[in-house]
This record gives sequence, C-alpha cells and structure tokens, in this order.
Amino acid sequence: MKVLVPVKRVLDYNVKARVKPDQSGVDLSNVKMSMNPFDEIAVEEAVRLQEAGTATETIVVSIGPAKAQETIRTGLAMGMDRGVHVQTDEDLEPLAIAKILKAVAEAEGADLIVMGKQAIDNDYGATGGMLAALLGWPIGSAANSIALDGGALSVVKEVDGGLQTVKLQMPALVTADLRLNEPRYASLPNIMKAKRKPIDAKTPADFGVDTTPRLKTLKVTEPAAREAGIKVEDAAALVDKLKNEAGVI
Amino acid sequence: MTSHTQFGLANPFDTPERKAFRETIQNFVATEIRPYAHEWDEAGQVPWELHEKLGALGVFGFGIDEKYGGLGFEDPFMRSDYAVTMAMCGAGGVAAALGARSISTDPIQKLASEDIKLRVLPEILSGRKGGSLGITEPGGGSDVAALTTTARQEGEEWVLNGSKTFITGGMESDYFVIAARTGGPGLTGISLFFVEADAPGFTRTPLAKKMGWWASNQATLYFDECRVPAGNLMGQKDYGFLQIVNNFNYERLGLVGCALGMMKVCLEDSIEWAQERHTFGKPLIKHQVIRHKIADMSAKIDAVQSNLWIMCAQIDAGNMPVAEICKAKFAATKALEFCASEAMQILGGAGYLRGNRIENVYREVKVIAIGGGSEEIMKDLAMRQMGL
Ligand SMILES: Cc1cc2nc3c(=O)[nH]c(=O)nc-3n(C[C@H](O)[C@H](O)[C@H](O)COP(=O)(O)OP(=O)(O)OC[C@H]3O[C@@H](n4cnc5c(N)ncnc54)[C@H](O)[C@@H]3O)c2cc1C
Repeated sequence: MKVLVPVKRVLDYNVKARVKPDQSGVDLSNVKMSMNPFDEIAVEEAVRLQEAGTATETIVVSIGPAKAQETIRTGLAMGMDRGVHVQTDEDLEPLAIAKILKAVAEAEGADLIVMGKQAIDNDYGATGGMLAALLGWPIGSAANSIALDGGALSVVKEVDGGLQTVKLQMPALVTADLRLNEPRYASLPNIMKAKRKPIDAKTPADFGVDTTPRLKTLKVTEPAAREAGIKVEDAAALVDKLKNEAGVI
Repeated sequence: MTSHTQFGLANPFDTPERKAFRETIQNFVATEIRPYAHEWDEAGQVPWELHEKLGALGVFGFGIDEKYGGLGFEDPFMRSDYAVTMAMCGAGGVAAALGARSISTDPIQKLASEDIKLRVLPEILSGRKGGSLGITEPGGGSDVAALTTTARQEGEEWVLNGSKTFITGGMESDYFVIAARTGGPGLTGISLFFVEADAPGFTRTPLAKKMGWWASNQATLYFDECRVPAGNLMGQKDYGFLQIVNNFNYERLGLVGCALGMMKVCLEDSIEWAQERHTFGKPLIKHQVIRHKIADMSAKIDAVQSNLWIMCAQIDAGNMPVAEICKAKFAATKALEFCASEAMQILGGAGYLRGNRIENVYREVKVIAIGGGSEEIMKDLAMRQMGL
C-alpha cells in the first residue's frame, strides 16, 4: 500500500502573526516557518503504517516555494521514504492544490492519502474534502484513529456528542485531527539520512493544472484587541451582568 | 509565543541539517522541558524518562562511533546549538542533569577496553544509564596535578582509595571515570579508571543545598579499598589524565554555548517585560536607560555568538583552537554576568521571584564561571597556550 501525505509550510504555531502594513496578508518575511501541525500528525500516521508493515511506500508532497523543500525534508526526517516538491511561488487556493494533489496521487498510484484536516494559516479546512471529491474516493475526515481491516479502512472520528466509526473502501482519504497521534521528533541520525532521500522536482504545469485564483483577498486585519475583563462579587452579579449588560441570557 | 521578528546574526556556516536539528531541539525544549523545568528544579530531579527521550534523538552521540550507539560523526555547530537551546529551558540544572554524561563518554570511547565500550556506551548514550567524570576532590579542583586519590594494583585488580566531590550526576550514574594517582607527583602519575556504582568499597552521598543547578545532583564519592578489575584501567598507566586533556575542549565549548543561551534568556525576557511594563507613563522599553541596557546585552550576545561560530568552523576544519576556547569561556561568563545583572534590574522585583528564568540565570552564572575550568584558570591556561 502506497501512502501519500501532503504537507504545507506555514508560519510556526509559536510565532505571533503580524499583518502587513498594507493589509494584503500576514507578514512572512524573516519569521520561523514550520510544517503545519496537523500535517505532522498525518506524517506520523503514515510512518506508523510503514513501521507496522502495512504501508510499503510513504511519499511526502508539498506544493510551494523553494523553501517548501525544507518542510519535505522534515517529513523525510520523521521517516517518510521520498518526497515530491511541486514548486510554485504563487499562493494557491485549496481547489488548485486539490487538483495538483489529485494528479500527484494518480501519477504515484497512491492507495491512501493522509493529510491534515486544515492548515493553521488560512484555516480553510477545504483541501481534503475537495481532493477526495475530485478523486472520487471516500473520505474519513477529522480522524481520531484509523485501522485497516481487510480491504477496508475504519476511521473513528469525533462528531457532536461522541465518536463515529466509518468504514471506507480503499483507495481512501483521511484527514487527521489532533488526537490521531502524537508526532515524533526527528532523531539526528534520521535528519542526516533524510539528506540522502530523493525529492522529485515538479511544477504545476507538469500536471497541466490551471491555478488561476478564484478568490480575491480584500483585506487582512488584526483581530480586535480584547478588553480586560472584570471580576464580579458573586453569582448573582454575574447573572445580572450576563442578562442586562451582555444580553446573552 | 515568540515575538514576530527574529533578529540577530545568521550563522554563515549553517546547513539544512543543522537547522533541522536546531529546530527539533527547540521544539523539544518548548514542549517537553520548558513547561516543567521550574517544577523539576524545585523538586531537585528530572524524570529519568527525559534522559531516554533525549537520548533517542541522538544528542549524546556526537563524536562517538555508531558501533557504540553514537552518531558516527562530529558537529561542533550542532553541539553548540544543543547547549544554547538547553540553556534556555528555564532551569540550568535540567540541562546539567541530562548533559553531564557527555564528559564521561568521550574518555570512555577513547581509552576504555572494547568490552566496556560495547557494553556501557550504548546504555549511556541512549539515556538508559548515567555516566559521570570524577576529577575534583575535596582538597581542590583547579590543581589537578595535586590530586590525592590513589590506585594500587593487586593481582588482577586495582584498589582505589580517596574521594571525589562535586561530581555531577554522581548520585544517579551507574558508570564513572575516575582520576587516581598511580605514579609519582604531578600530572604524569595520574591514571583513569572505569568504576561501576556497584563496585565493592564504593559509596556516595549527595552534596548539600546549592545556589543553583537544583535539578541536577552533585555527589561526593568515597573509595574505601574499592576494587575494580585490572581491565578497568583506562589508557596508559600514569598518563590517563594527560590523554584526555583534549576532551575538556568540548566541555568548555559546551559551556560557552550554555553561557550564550543564558544570555539569550536575559535578552528575550528583558524585551518581553520591557514592552509590557509601563512606568512613568510609557513602556519601560521607551526609557533610554533601559534601551541602552538591552542594546548592550544584545551586542554582547552577538560577540559571543560570532566567536562561537568561528571556533566551531575551525574545529570543523580539524583544528582545535585551545587557547581561544579558554578565552571564549571566561569572556562568555563575564558577558553573562553582565546580562544577568542587567536583566534582573529590568525585571525589577518580578525578577527576584522564583519561577522566572532571570532569577534562575542569575543564580547560575557562577557555576558556569567556576565549573569546567574557572575564569582564573582559563586565563592562565590561555596565556600558557599562547606561549606566554
Ligand atoms: C555545580 C558543580 C558541578 C561540578 N561538576 C563536576 C564534575 O562533574 N566533575 C568534576 O570533576 N568536577 C566538577 N565540578 C568541580 C569544578 O570543576 C571545580 O569546582 C573547579 O574546577 C574549581 O575547583 P575548586 O572548586 O576546588 O576551587 P579551587 O581549585 O580550590 O580554587 C578556588 C578559587 O581559586 C582560584 N584559583 C585556583 N588556583 C589559582 C591560581 N593558580 N591562580 C589564581 N587563582 C586560582 C580558582 O579559580 C577559584 O576561583 C563541579 C563544580 C560545581 C560547582
């Protein structure tokens, strides 16, 4: 079974985002960038499948600028076999990404795609669903755990009020939620080994995908600054404030 | 949450692997250590599991052969990045507790018998077991040539008598490298022995309360007719200590990195505080006196950092800058002393409370300035290395 894991290079989750003065987006110059945390979980799951002998090959793919190679290397250092880098300097939208990933999945003959349920920069949460639809594959979204049984994949996911188990026929796509696993830290020997693992260099044009944007960003602004809270004397005062000032009850 | 812009010099010798390693350790420290460092420091211990988690990343294996569980390569830049990052974890004692083994593993690889190496190095490097180096004695540390612990050969055994003190990790380590006199007075005449904690005649007691490095333990070791097999003599009789003097270069380089990390803590926490705290109608950082303190700290960091990188590059090229490492060590601890003091002033009363990194750094300046070769001894050694 071939497992494909798409990963995205995003502003490190620990860095405070700052909006560009012209409000055209978030300032990414000179800041720490890392693999999207949900994607790390997806990589971990693929590596575990390989360690368990279920996956025969694990491929990490990233679509993005030259630096996205670093993110691919991170995946390789965690244990993925090889990489595909689709290089572009454009900031692609989920649909364009999904189309490119579909082409990569077909070219690679992937049986399973594991990916983050969303990227922490744009928070679209759209790519997984679009990709499954384009491929015509079943999707197990926001997975808490996955297990292969026979030719099917059972995926436990969190839904309102509890857990739901769905059974998917392969080939299938899974998007990872935070609880799927705890990703490992790459060991230094594996970081060194990753250096020698191959990364295929591609461009969107290689897959004949039209990446013309369909969305227009009007402006990006900082969230409103939060006002300091107050302490109330007792529960009665709290109820009074919620009723008469906040108007929420 | 780190601030948005990353300022500071960029390492001209950086590689993708060095960067990947550095970021891995930064993430590890941020997630696995920083949130608990203060608690462990107050408790006087780190969970042993942490030794193994770090060991699994390979951080203890620099310069050690793969067949002994090491990395099979050396990288002074990675060593330094590790030292710097660990020193920023919130409690220097945590870094000391974990890293103490490194001063024992180099001598073991270099001088111990193949049997011992194959048996114990994988245990120490993986973090399953601890290792310590015992040179300092109650009678003194700087004047190694005067050490008084003795070893005499009796048949198939060596018999050790005397004591060692300030031995980091000594209460938990299973394996020790011990310097003892086998010959006449002076540096020649000192041999090294591999001693296991269960050797007959070996006992240990913890050192009393310390100014800092609480999360690590320091032991006094007693050798009372302590017997070890003849094969535990490490290296050549009477020349063991001289055979490992080069290993102290890495220890000192690590301490320069440690001082640098502590200075970075001073800068980071000072900036954060000075931006938040308002006095006399404006943020502290808008007062010129405070701005100058921060500028001074930042400039000293650049100097220590540049020096460290240049030394690493030279080591990488196969040329150990012995005198420069000595100079770098005391220059770094002097710069650290400055930063710790200024950072404490910037934080004011808040800095004086336990549980913040500045209070911790301030208390731990001196262990870096004294341990691993004191400032005075480093100056003397540098002068002698310069042929003066
Ligand atoms: C927390 C901690 C951990 C340690 N861990 C270890 C360890 O794991 N293994 C180990 O072997 N040792 C360890 N040490 C010991 C350390 O290496 C010694 O403290 C250090 O070498 C200095 O020795 P000393 O304390 O005996 O001071 P002394 O040698 O007695 O010196 C006292 C003072 O006099 C100065 N001085 C000495 N000689 C001269 C001179 N000729 N001219 C001018 N000034 C001089 C010294 O610089 C020092 O300031 C540790 C120490 C500490 C504090």
